[in-house]
Amino acid sequence: MHPAPSVIIFTALSGLGFGLMGWLGVGLPAVSGWSAFALFFVAYGLAVGGLVASTFHLGNPKRAIKAFSQWRSSWLSREGILAIVSLLVMAVYAIGLIFLNQRWQIVGWAGAVLSLGTVFTTSMIYAQMKTVPRWNTPLTPALFFLYALAGGALLAGQTSAAVLLLIVLSIVQVVAWTLGEESFSRAGHTIETATGLGNLGRVRLLESPHSSPNYLLKEMVYVVGRKHVDKLRVIAIFLMGLVPVAIIVLLPNNQFMAAAAVISHIIGLFASRWLFFAQAEHVVGLYYGKR
Amino acid sequence: MTSLPKSTDKKLGLAIDLDTCVGCHACVISCKEWNTSNYGSPLSDMDAYGAQPSGTFLNRVHTYEVKTLERAAQVVHFPKSCLHCEDAPCVTVCPTGASYKRSEDGIVLVNEDDCMGCGLCAWACPYGAREMDVAEGVMKKCTLCVDRIYNDNIPEEDRVPSCVRTCPAGARHFGDFADPESNVSILSAERGGFALMAEQGTNPVNRYLPPRSKADISGNDQIELPAPALEAETGGAKGFLSWLDKALEKI
Repeated sequence: MHPAPSVIIFTALSGLGFGLMGWLGVGLPAVSGWSAFALFFVAYGLAVGGLVASTFHLGNPKRAIKAFSQWRSSWLSREGILAIVSLLVMAVYAIGLIFLNQRWQIVGWAGAVLSLGTVFTTSMIYAQMKTVPRWNTPLTPALFFLYALAGGALLAGQTSAAVLLLIVLSIVQVVAWTLGEESFSRAGHTIETATGLGNLGRVRLLESPHSSPNYLLKEMVYVVGRKHVDKLRVIAIFLMGLVPVAIIVLLPNNQFMAAAAVISHIIGLFASRWLFFAQAEHVVGLYYGKR
Repeated sequence: MTSLPKSTDKKLGLAIDLDTCVGCHACVISCKEWNTSNYGSPLSDMDAYGAQPSGTFLNRVHTYEVKTLERAAQVVHFPKSCLHCEDAPCVTVCPTGASYKRSEDGIVLVNEDDCMGCGLCAWACPYGAREMDVAEGVMKKCTLCVDRIYNDNIPEEDRVPSCVRTCPAGARHFGDFADPESNVSILSAERGGFALMAEQGTNPVNRYLPPRSKADISGNDQIELPAPALEAETGGAKGFLSWLDKALEKI
């Protein structure tokens, strides 16, 4: 799949933002006043920034408001609605903490559940795609959850939780990459099943339907950069998981180190999210003799 | 709502004959011509006169080679447009309600006024039947020429999809698959019509009729080969030919 920057930024940043909101909602850390303002500012900046970025890849952004209408069937619609509801509920909780010195814990819990629910709906946009076997697995929501919780813990300064979550995240990420290698062949799709000609013999594309790339090939059969996959995976695991863990465990605990851990994690997160899209193979490639 | 109808009164679709299709791409062109000037926005082309022309098409013809160990390769031309699936995943993923499947005839359509161009439906389609129009920013797909098949203003013989009307080989057939007595149902039953990538669970309406098996030409004895390919042999010649053979041998 084409790794559109807007979609990478959207899933990465809004996941971090809603992850941080989850921690703030349950009162970890139990901030109020200016420090609450600072943390909520970061959470809203990430979540809203990500959501705004997601509209950049739309052909007709002016109609984006209609995307809130189809929650009965569409995960993308559910995601949009839950995101807005989460932001509104958390805003009530944040106003209490920042301006009134009141901790409305029930509102906070509700906001935390809604925030993580938003992350789940985001992940289901991808996990529901039977056409992309690498995404079509429970590991996709698991990964999105872990990225949100681990990144949120880093931002919220929950160091011991962050260390634990980052280690689990790194393991699950490696498992997902490993299982992902075989997912396409395990799903059983071949050029023979795609064309239905398998009972006649082995099928290969003799002539493409058109002389230059079309929308389908650009969007669904993205192959650029696949040769650097191994290097990028190592970079992603190091920066996203191991380096932040090492900083927290081995180095003195101060703001600069915390910032370094967060920046390292975010760069690793972007590398891994780029791979999430660039490596995903869509079954339509079979009609073009490609994967 | 982008929920799918529980059932549809009719199941309009195409039976595409892979045995008959000659790969001329006339259906591609006539589809483009009809649909660029009728339902919805035009089908735009990008860099049409440049080095890398591309454009929006609702119907494309692939060409495959099928090879077994024993036989010579067989070429199969393979037209592909929307299969109007009964369990269309492109419809349910749509967040805006632009995509829908009609309960009366099963046609899958996009209401372009509601489409925000997110492209998710194209991701959900296993067949590559949906293409985003780059100029309009909306999703385009085969409408089964909904503006022809019910159109009282055109002659009756034209009230079929443009691709069906134009095919010079008669490889595309239009009809109602819900009616077991329809032309397409009978054709599909007789010829063993099959669905594409059935393991995706999309339940396509369109059926493909497999190529008929060709004569086996791997053994020399089964058909007459042209003269130059035969062994030079004159042993059975008699009379004048026998004399001529011997005379020529002596030269």
